[in-house]
Parts: sequence; C-alpha cells; structure tokens
Amino acid sequence: MLQIVKTETAALQAVNDFVVKFANVNGSGSASANQLFARSIMRMGVPVAPRNIFPSNIQGLPTWYEIRVSEAGHLAAREGTDLMVAMNPQTWDQDLASLRPGGYLFYDSTRAIPQSRFREDITIIGMPLTELCNAAYQDARQRQLFKNIIYVGALAALLDIEIEVIETLLKEQFRAKEKLIAPNIQALHMGRDYARDHLPCPLGLTIRRGTAIGDLISMDGNTAAALGAVYGGATVAAWYPITPSTSLVEAFMKYCAKLRIDPRTGKNNFAIVQAEDELASIGMVIGAAWNGARAFTATSGPGISLMQEFLGLAYFAEIPAVLFDVQRAGPSTGMPTRTQQCDLLISAYASHGDTKHVLLFPEDPHECFTFGAQAFDLADRLQTPIFVMLDLEIGMNERLCRPLTWDDTKRMDRGKVMTHADLEAGKTFGRYLDADHDGIPYRTYPGTHSSKGSYFTRGTSKDEFARYTEAGAAYVANMERLLRKFRTAETLVPAPQIRSAETPTRLGALYFGSSSAAMREAQDLLTTQNLDIDLLRIRAFPFNDDVRHFIDNHDTLFVIEQNRDGQLRTMLINELETNPAKLKRCVHYDGTPITARRIIALIEAHLPHRSAP
Amino acid sequence: MTFLPKPKLHHPDLAENALGYTRRDYEGAISTLCAGCGHDSISAAIVRACFELDLPPHRIAKLSGIGCSSKTPTYFLGNSHGFNSVHGRMPSVLTGANLANRDLVYLGVSGDGDSASIGLGQFAHAMRRGVNMTYIVMNNGVYGLTKGQFSATSDKGAKSKSGAINRDEAIDLVGLALQLGASFVARSFSGDKAQLVPLIKAALSHQGPAFIDCISPCITFNNHQGSTKSFDYVRAHNESINFLDLIPAREEITVAFEPGTVETVRQHDGSLLKLRKLDDTDYNPRDRLAAMSFLAKHRDAGEIVTGLLYIDPEETDLHDQLGTTATPLNSLTEAELCPGAAVLAKLNAALR
Repeated sequence: MLQIVKTETAALQAVNDFVVKFANVNGSGSASANQLFARSIMRMGVPVAPRNIFPSNIQGLPTWYEIRVSEAGHLAAREGTDLMVAMNPQTWDQDLASLRPGGYLFYDSTRAIPQSRFREDITIIGMPLTELCNAAYQDARQRQLFKNIIYVGALAALLDIEIEVIETLLKEQFRAKEKLIAPNIQALHMGRDYARDHLPCPLGLTIRRGTAIGDLISMDGNTAAALGAVYGGATVAAWYPITPSTSLVEAFMKYCAKLRIDPRTGKNNFAIVQAEDELASIGMVIGAAWNGARAFTATSGPGISLMQEFLGLAYFAEIPAVLFDVQRAGPSTGMPTRTQQCDLLISAYASHGDTKHVLLFPEDPHECFTFGAQAFDLADRLQTPIFVMLDLEIGMNERLCRPLTWDDTKRMDRGKVMTHADLEAGKTFGRYLDADHDGIPYRTYPGTHSSKGSYFTRGTSKDEFARYTEAGAAYVANMERLLRKFRTAETLVPAPQIRSAETPTRLGALYFGSSSAAMREAQDLLTTQNLDIDLLRIRAFPFNDDVRHFIDNHDTLFVIEQNRDGQLRTMLINELETNPAKLKRCVHYDGTPITARRIIALIEAHLPHRSAP
Repeated sequence: MTFLPKPKLHHPDLAENALGYTRRDYEGAISTLCAGCGHDSISAAIVRACFELDLPPHRIAKLSGIGCSSKTPTYFLGNSHGFNSVHGRMPSVLTGANLANRDLVYLGVSGDGDSASIGLGQFAHAMRRGVNMTYIVMNNGVYGLTKGQFSATSDKGAKSKSGAINRDEAIDLVGLALQLGASFVARSFSGDKAQLVPLIKAALSHQGPAFIDCISPCITFNNHQGSTKSFDYVRAHNESINFLDLIPAREEITVAFEPGTVETVRQHDGSLLKLRKLDDTDYNPRDRLAAMSFLAKHRDAGEIVTGLLYIDPEETDLHDQLGTTATPLNSLTEAELCPGAAVLAKLNAALR
C-alpha cells in the first residue's frame, strides 16, 4: 500500500514550523479529530494556529482545517500547505495543487487512484483507512468516526508526536463518558501501529517538544467575547442567528447556565431572547438598557444594516447598548463564511443624520474578553452604543493567546445615574443637561422616584430637560454636546499600541483587529530584509492623539485592512484631516485571512524603488 | 409646536385615591392632537384607570412607536418614564424594558399604522412571546400625520376623505392577537368611556399580554360619510357583548351575582372581573376558538364587536418561560453577575 514517488524536488524538512491541512467533507465528524491533533501539538509546547475553512452549508460540501505549526509563535495564516491530509475526493485536484513543492500528501489508498492524478514533486503516503475501518468495525457511524481517530494516530507516528499526549487528551475529552476512552485509544493505536509498520516514519516534518506555550490558552474569540459579557455583567441578550456570530450567543448561553444560576432559587440571573429579526434584537437591547440592565446583541454586517434606524435612536436618545459585530464579507449576503473587516463605516456612522459611534477592535480572544467586558462599562459611562468589532477570523477560530485575567476589586461602572437619594437631596436633574462639562448627562432608571426624575425619551429633538422642542438653537446645542461626549470617549477607550522598529524610521503602518498576527510577522520579516517599519495598532474609534502623533511623525503610512475600499483609511482622513497622500491603501479582501507575505507585497507595491524580495 | 406644561393648581377638594394621589398626578402635558381626537379620550381613560387602580405613577413605564397615537404618552402619566421609540418597534423596546425590570407595569401605546403595517411583525412576536404588558392600539384606520392615507386596518370598500376607495382587505388585530396567544383580548371604542375604563383597568391588572384594540375616530381625516371608522359609523355598528367591572384584589367581594347574567373571572393578581352580558348569545370569553368564530361572523355582518373578547386568567408570562430570577435584572450586582478571578483561572486551565 505504501507508495513513495521518487522526485527530483527535495522533500521539505522542518521541525515545529510547517502547515498541515485536512481536506474533509462537512458533517463527517472530522472536526473533533482535527482539533485533537492540533491540541496535541500545543500540549507538546509548540504553538499552533488552527483555522476552519468552511462553506455555508450543513452536510456534504468540502471543508478544510488548516493548522500552522510555528515555534516562533507566528499565528497568522501562511500560504501553501506542507502536509495535506486529503480525505475528500471532491477537492483532490485543488488540494494537490495547494501543496508546496517537496510537500507531503497523506490519503486513503483503499481505492486505487490513477498515477496521473498525482504530482511528481511531492511525497505521497497512502494508507488504506477505509479498508482498516471496515475490517475493525461493523457499524457505519463507528467506521466514519474511528477513521478520523485512526488517521490522527498515523499522523502522530509520521510527525513524531508523543502518543501519550493524545491519549491524555482523549481521557480528558471523554471524562464524562468513560467507556468511550478505550475504543478511541484503540483506534489511535491502530493508526499509529499501521504507520509505524508500513509508512516512512518520521517524515521530514516533525514536532519536537518545546517550551513556547507557557501559560498561553487556546480559545475562539466568540467564546471569549461571550465570557467577557458574563464578566461585564450583561443580563439581557437579544439576538437573531447569523453566521459568524451565532456561536457567541451560544457560548453566552452555555456560560450563563454554569455561572449565572441563583444558588438559592435555581432561577436565572439573565434573560436570553431569540428575536424575530435583528431590528427586534437591537430594540430589546435598547429597551433593556433604557431600563437599567446591561444588554447586548451579537450579529454580523447584514444585521448591522437592519439595525441602522434603532442605532440612530440610541445615539440621539443616549441609550447604552453593546453590539458584537462578527464581520464577514459583504455587501448584501456576500460570503457568509469568509472573513473581512468591512463594517467599519456602516458601524462608525450608523443611521441617518449626523452620528458617530464608538468601536473597539480586539486582536485576539484575550482582547475579545477584555473589551467584551469593558464595552458594558463604556456603554453605561457614555450612554451610547458600543460596537465590539470581531471578524470571522478571530471569532470562529481557536487562537493561542494570553490567559484571561480579572481584577476582583474592579466594580462595574454604571455611569451617571441619579438615584432616589440624589433626587431627594434636591440635585437638579436635566436628562440632557451637561452638568459636568464632559458632554455626558445624567439619567434615571424608570421607577426611581414618585415625583422627581421621570422624563420622556424620544428620537425627536428636545431641550436639556427632555422636553420636546423643534427650536434650532436647542437642537444645535444638543448635537454639539454629543460631539463633546465623543471627545470624552477618546479618553476612555483602549489606547493604540505602538510596536517600533529596531531602528528609527519614517515609515509606519496602521492596522487593527485580526490583521495583527500577520502584521507583526511582516514587520519581523521586513526587518530581516532591511526595511524598518513602525507599527501602530488601532484598538478603538474615536482615534486619540497617539494616532495623530504617529501619523505626524512618519512620512509614509501603510494602512493595512481587510476590505476593498480602505475604510479605516477613509476614517483617518475624515476624522483627523490627514493628508490622504500620506496614507497608503493596503487592502486584502478575498475572504481569506491576511498573511504576512500578503502585507509585505501590499507595502512593497507602494515602494516602487524596492525590488521584490 | 413645543412642550405645553399644564398649570399645577389643584382644586383643594380634588379626590384622592388610596395612595393619596389625585387625578392630576396621572395627567401629562396638554395634548397637541386635533380638537375632538378620539385618542384624547383614550388618554383620559388611561388616566382614570391608573388613578382608580391606585397604581403609583412612577411604577408605570409607557412606551410607544411613531404616529398620532404614539404621541399620546406625553399627554398622560407625566410622572412616569416614557419612551417614544421608532415606527412600529415599540413591542421590542417594551419587551427589553420588561426583561430588565419585571416589577414595573408596562403600557404600550400604538396605532394601526404602527402595529398593523410597519410593525405587524413586532406586534405578532410580542403577543406570542407572552410579554406582560397592556398593549393599546388607537385604531383610526388612517395615517393622520401624513394627511389621510389608508392604513392596514381600513375596511375594504371604505372611502377616504379625498374619495378614494380602499381595495385591500383589512387586518383585524383582535383576530391576530387571539390566534397568536394573547391572554387578554378586548376591543373598545374611544367614545364609550364606561366600557373602556374598566377594560384598561382589567388589562393593567392582567399578568400576561393584554391587548386592547380601541377604535378611535380621526376627527380630521376619517370622520366622513363612507368611512367605517367615523364616530357615527362606529356608534351605529357597535355590538357590545359584555360590560366589565373590575374589583381589585384588596377589596373584599361581598356582592352576590345573579347567576346567568354575570360571569366572574379571578385574575392572577387576585382581582375579580365581573362581566355583565349584554346580548342574548351564550358568549364565553374563555373560549379562544369560539371567540375567533364569533368575531369573524359579526365582522362579515358589518358589526364591530366590542367588550372583553377573551381572557385566560392562568396565563404565564415571558419571565416564567425564561425562568428569570424574581429580582429585577437591572438591580443585580457584581456579587450575582461576575464569577470572579478564581473561576476564570479554572476556565483558563481548561483551555490549555
């Protein structure tokens, strides 16, 4: 069964630095086996960055699971595959083509494949997986599921992964269903033994135990953001299912069921409502927040489109709301399962009339958690919608990151809320009165006091005491105060982070969110090519003075983003009145996550005097 | 048009309710609707119902959408928090508000354009979700603020002020509310305060989605010959099936009712609904299917059936279904909400 094609091209050789890709059919149960494989490498102390590449479909279409192994800790996607586990005949040709010269192809050799369908510059490893399964198992479902575990066993032998590490993971996974442990380990061994006896173990690609993991954790951004909402004190979630945000609310449900049950009564200290559409979701969030609860919704671009009218109301009537926007490729239905950073403009300036909204840009699950919790403080403090801008790349892929941290001395910042005692003490209450000169007025919760502090909330124009008026001066004063409030927001949102080059440079790059891993890798690669670039990672809108100074202190700035039109660049020009010629548009928007090489190519396109590497 | 405050002079002999409030404490700003507008009568009925029920004004939250009807919350309950939201979306805002604090009384006010056209979806889903609220539609069959277009509750064949004939079927919100699971369904007429006030009182006491479709003629755009929502037309075609009296839970019930003519329904909060039958039929307001068939039959005969049409006193609300804690969610603190660093350390450990 073993076929090794002798080639002219040298087989790839690498330790702890390569890309493995699994080509599967969705619905075949491969996902958990592939995750097991990824986690086993992590347990050996070697950083991995797994990615799901999946269609908008339930069963039968191709899916891929890609794992980048990188001892150096590069977690961005990387072009080309070094080892292809080709389990899907539908995508055979495409999968074969994606292998780098000298790469390795692992496939199910039960059914003979004509020689013409292979490439000559790769190493081909056939294993009769179906035949082995059919011999060992009677049940069709078992054959399918254990086939996945068998190939994990074979890969362990081929890549020199310690089998005990995988055994431990299986024991942890099936702790609650103990009788599944033995058959899984048996299947694992079956794969390993076959590979050891029949295949060229180990390959040129191997895993060697490392120390690069430390206390890092691995989770997806949607789960982390949901946990942030739990820690941030969210009690009301209203949502409408939409890829790629659905798993965020599902994770919130899961965590609430564990962490938010009243121990005395068994009742829920939360309410989650699946609304009839995104309009109702944001309406419920606004109603709940108006009434003093911390409330959020999770959605994607099409949902943000539908919420526009309500977002204008929340801005103008000054109601806190938290929105998690897990971005996907638009416009319209776009590519629901492909990543982009394309909702900046529609979120920053959501709704008709003059509006500006606060946006947060987490780079990884750690920040999804931190910003997810912080968003509720910001919403209450600023009495306005706060958008946490994830994307499919961060939201739905497991990512290695710093452990989540929480300070138990921290208290929720409920913002400027006048209490019964304040009103009794005779404090002047004007719902839209700028009492503290920071643009932020005071509010009261409904039901606070029998004769003081009630007011009428409306989307129409009003005076400082919330009384209806169409007087131009009152309207303008209110709109100007909202601008003051937005300037106050600048001082409260997460500040940008600068990563300077080793030597002083007049070149800078601005980037945000899920581009960060690729950007950092690109900076390192460019340094080795004698091109120094300073980096500034934008973590929020409004932009603060650090962003302005960074732009002032560089001659040329590359604005790296994952959309067609350079939306961040547009906002920088619009908000900071930057000379557009200084800001170079560097966009990647084909729905795949951006890579370091792609960033370098985009930057070099603006540097014509440099020859391509 | 700006805000018109009402003079705060009280007549010294003004009657007080059990909480010591007078009717004035339940009033709002002066209405800016057209003189004679049916909506102002409904506002007055709301004021009276809340006063008579001894509800603390600040414990009521009033929410509305957009339109003439949705402006009315400015004109009643001036000591209550109010929310004039966006067109057709009051139900979702009210649902969210209710989730945040289950201890307030929620009054949603809407119109036929707001609830039967742009907001039909939200109307339907709020009913089926069982939100504990009183939902009043001030139904005049016409768009007033935009000057006289038909709304979705205009009857087929009705004539507009400019002479156009409505060719579309009318949407019957009462029929929809019944079908969608509202546990209190009534129809009334803004010109019949004797009927309307007890209905609003009963709805406010009801623990679940209570819907009142209140025909409320538009004096300016829909009160002419050929309209089926004019004062004259509604008076002539009003088929009132019962007369309701509400006895609050705290009042001892001493009256003995003559069997056959009066039906009583005990509500969840302990209040007693006393229903006096006004027609010869054997109408049973606890039979949802019969109510639907009765209404359809009378509608075909051109009659507008009013009264308490359906009641399920044992209805549960959205909070029951969600299993929410009894404490209002908006008053939970870090202690109940934030699991803390130790739990996070465990979660981290499971992610390695």
